[in-house]
Amino acid sequence: MSDEVTSREELLKTIDYVPAQQDLYKPNLEFRPGTWNYPANPKKMEHLELPYPREWSPPDLDWKLPENWKEIILKGMEERLNRYRSLRVYLDICVRCGACADKCHFYLGSGDPKNMPVARTELMRSVYRRYFTVGGKLLGGAAGGRELTEDVLKEWFYYYYQCTECRRCSVFCPYGIDTCEITMMGRELLNLVGLNINWIVEPLSNCFRTGNHLGIQPHAFADTIEFAVEDVEDVTGIKVDAPMNRKGAEILFVVPSADYFAEPHWYTFLGYLMLFHELGLDYTLSTYASEGGNFGLFHSAEMMKRLNNKIYAEAERLGVKWILGGECGHMWRVIHQYMDTINGPADFLEVPKSPITGTVFENAKATKMTHIAEFTADLIKNNKLKLDPSRNDQWKITYHDSCNPARAMGLLEEPRYIINNVANNFYEMPENTIREKTFCCGSGSGLGTDENLEMRLRGGLPRGNAVKYVKDRYGVNILTCMCAIDKATLPAVCDYWAGDVAVGGIHELVGNALIMKDEQKPRTVDVRGDPLPSVEGSEEGDE
Amino acid sequence: MSTLFGVILPYAAIAIFILGILYKVVKWGRSAVPFRIPTTCAQAETLPWIKRKPHEKLDNPSNNLAMVGRMLLEVLIFRSLWRNTRAEIKADKQKLIYSGSKFLWLFGLLFHWSLLVILIRHCRLFFEPVPWILDVVENIDGMFEIVIPTLYLTDIIILLAVTYLFFRRVVFSQMRYISLLADYFALLLIGGVAVTGVCLRIFFHTDVEAVKELAMSVLRFSPEVPEQSISWLFYLHLAMVCTLLAYFPFSKLMHAAGIFFSPTRNMANTNRVKRHVNPWDYPVKVHPYHEYEEEFHDKMEQAGLPLEKE
Ligand code: SF4
Ligand code: SF4
Ligand code: SF4
Repeated sequence: MSDEVTSREELLKTIDYVPAQQDLYKPNLEFRPGTWNYPANPKKMEHLELPYPREWSPPDLDWKLPENWKEIILKGMEERLNRYRSLRVYLDICVRCGACADKCHFYLGSGDPKNMPVARTELMRSVYRRYFTVGGKLLGGAAGGRELTEDVLKEWFYYYYQCTECRRCSVFCPYGIDTCEITMMGRELLNLVGLNINWIVEPLSNCFRTGNHLGIQPHAFADTIEFAVEDVEDVTGIKVDAPMNRKGAEILFVVPSADYFAEPHWYTFLGYLMLFHELGLDYTLSTYASEGGNFGLFHSAEMMKRLNNKIYAEAERLGVKWILGGECGHMWRVIHQYMDTINGPADFLEVPKSPITGTVFENAKATKMTHIAEFTADLIKNNKLKLDPSRNDQWKITYHDSCNPARAMGLLEEPRYIINNVANNFYEMPENTIREKTFCCGSGSGLGTDENLEMRLRGGLPRGNAVKYVKDRYGVNILTCMCAIDKATLPAVCDYWAGDVAVGGIHELVGNALIMKDEQKPRTVDVRGDPLPSVEGSEEGDE
Repeated sequence: MSTLFGVILPYAAIAIFILGILYKVVKWGRSAVPFRIPTTCAQAETLPWIKRKPHEKLDNPSNNLAMVGRMLLEVLIFRSLWRNTRAEIKADKQKLIYSGSKFLWLFGLLFHWSLLVILIRHCRLFFEPVPWILDVVENIDGMFEIVIPTLYLTDIIILLAVTYLFFRRVVFSQMRYISLLADYFALLLIGGVAVTGVCLRIFFHTDVEAVKELAMSVLRFSPEVPEQSISWLFYLHLAMVCTLLAYFPFSKLMHAAGIFFSPTRNMANTNRVKRHVNPWDYPVKVHPYHEYEEEFHDKMEQAGLPLEKE
């Protein structure tokens, strides 16, 4: 795929914010390679008992829809209109003021006017008018109504899988209209007639069976944790303990599976292990609840609940007191905004309390799960960690707010506080691209596939461009973030748009800076195994 | 003629307006709010030493009082629209630039506020004696006497604002793309009401006393068309207002009520603090631990992982 992607100069030239087509209601049926994701493998759908599994492909003329597909969709819409006030209100009240239009990274990167959030919503709103409002029923097109046809459905598939549910549009809309809500509903409706994408369904099926998206079975999980322990030993000389499925631990620690399987997540995972060892934390990992991330969020509320269920269930089985969660984006959307509602109340747990500082995390009183950035920031504030920030001097750091912690939680200061304490060189990206106005990586919500690479890079333009800005200006060489998908997909975005900027996590930096009691020798390498700058310097001096 | 336009039409329009709004609001109210989904636009309340500025407490409300504050900011000064930026691509320099763009905010605000003042001014048609507060509003609004009789400030502003809001839909290609017939219709209608209203004051002076008599009789539910003749322009003005009222509940104009129902704005970010219940929650098929252990029992045993069943 990658060889088909044009150069960044060429790609930039293709972006024009003056819409070429003029009719919002004429379905766009161009399924250009590089801009859509492969449909779900029918076997994986069967495993999850999803409706209408079949082989089909978006460019095909015939999508092999069930006979009564239209009825299913309209019935599904009616049901959701009653179940979600967000849907009904947002379909009713948009004034098409356009404030959201150029806020979406997919629009900014593609120039496709249907990627303006207002247009994305209008794709469904027109159908809503036609079938669910008096005006639309009587006047049809004149009242902005649109017949639900196969072409419209195909267009839904294209554009509802070209939205990363990042909620940036909702920050700027004067009524808070959240196109993410519409996309979620759009995807649920598509799922009803068997239109899924594989990059969402396969992880779902894996996760349902093995407890994590990657399908790692318990013995393999134990192996990879063992590798991590060895890696920590290589860096620090300390053999740390990484307990698994241990009953009676105080804390259950849940991370996104990429943390213990992919790079650069891995370095963050090493950071966690080092930190917990240094604290002597009484915790356990779980092979059964080995996934904090939840691709169910990208599929349907029901699927989200089916997967998320494991976390509380495992906490109860192991008899822990509270739950600590690793660095992740959409995982935290689910935990913060949904978990207690869908699988709570977790009355068998206690309000999270740091055993080291005694701080009670009142902000997690009901859900009983604390974010590791909150946990670590509290440690640093209370002087419980010995840190050597110069061990991060090889890095000039910037920080990408992942959409979900930013716009669905407001976790903005903790990571910055940590970075500023564990490192010396921190530079913010421009104001319009961080905090609540942060731009998505372009690959979130299940769209991070190879076959979708062109669209991902286009969606990554605003982020990549901001990275390039701080790279050119301050020589930034690492983009840190707290989201598993970001860590997986931003390297490609940075490479393409900024060039030569690494991607890392917050606890990777913590791991580097952490001075550990049991360490016998001064540290010579960082958690990536690269020589530390101080060491490089002194070696040169010795010669 | 005058009975039709002066009595029947207004009654019908008001009835549709009230019933229509009720219908919509009840519909919205009946839809469930399964999840707590505020859009957080600032640092959350987390650790006590992380201090938040006053506006941050509103942009990410941690209790209902702050949420009300956030809503007030949204309704009174269009907080979110204030954030607006305009993106521009400089392909040659490989740069994406965002510049502040406050025109929509400014004209939107001017438009809505003058509309409100004009509505308040019109209340004098329904009160006898006229409450002093209305006189105050009218005097302030009429401070700059430009033409005789008084040309109100708000009249000028609303005409300017409507013109801007209309032309941005025609001129900017992005706006043209997303604008529907309904968007032009609403603006033209409001513009028409404003223009006829201004004309009534300046060029075709109408017998205000007669209009007031009519208005009050309609309000008393004993409509009487006064003997003095009321000009056809007034009836045109009134007819447009009636059309607007009747159109309101079934159009995007319902954003005025809808904003209060927007879950991303009207919920406080108490997500992990307080339990939120989904009224239509139902049990789903899950994969319980014992099934998992059953499938992977031997592998787990070999890996030395603790087991429930040895
Ligand atoms: S900002 Fe809100 S009201 Fe304006 S066009 Fe977008 S969704 Fe509609
Ligand atoms: S949620 Fe994000 S990706 Fe989706 S329309 Fe809004 S800005 Fe675009
Ligand atoms: S992957 Fe990260 S940046 Fe992208 S949508 Fe998710 S949280 Fe946002």
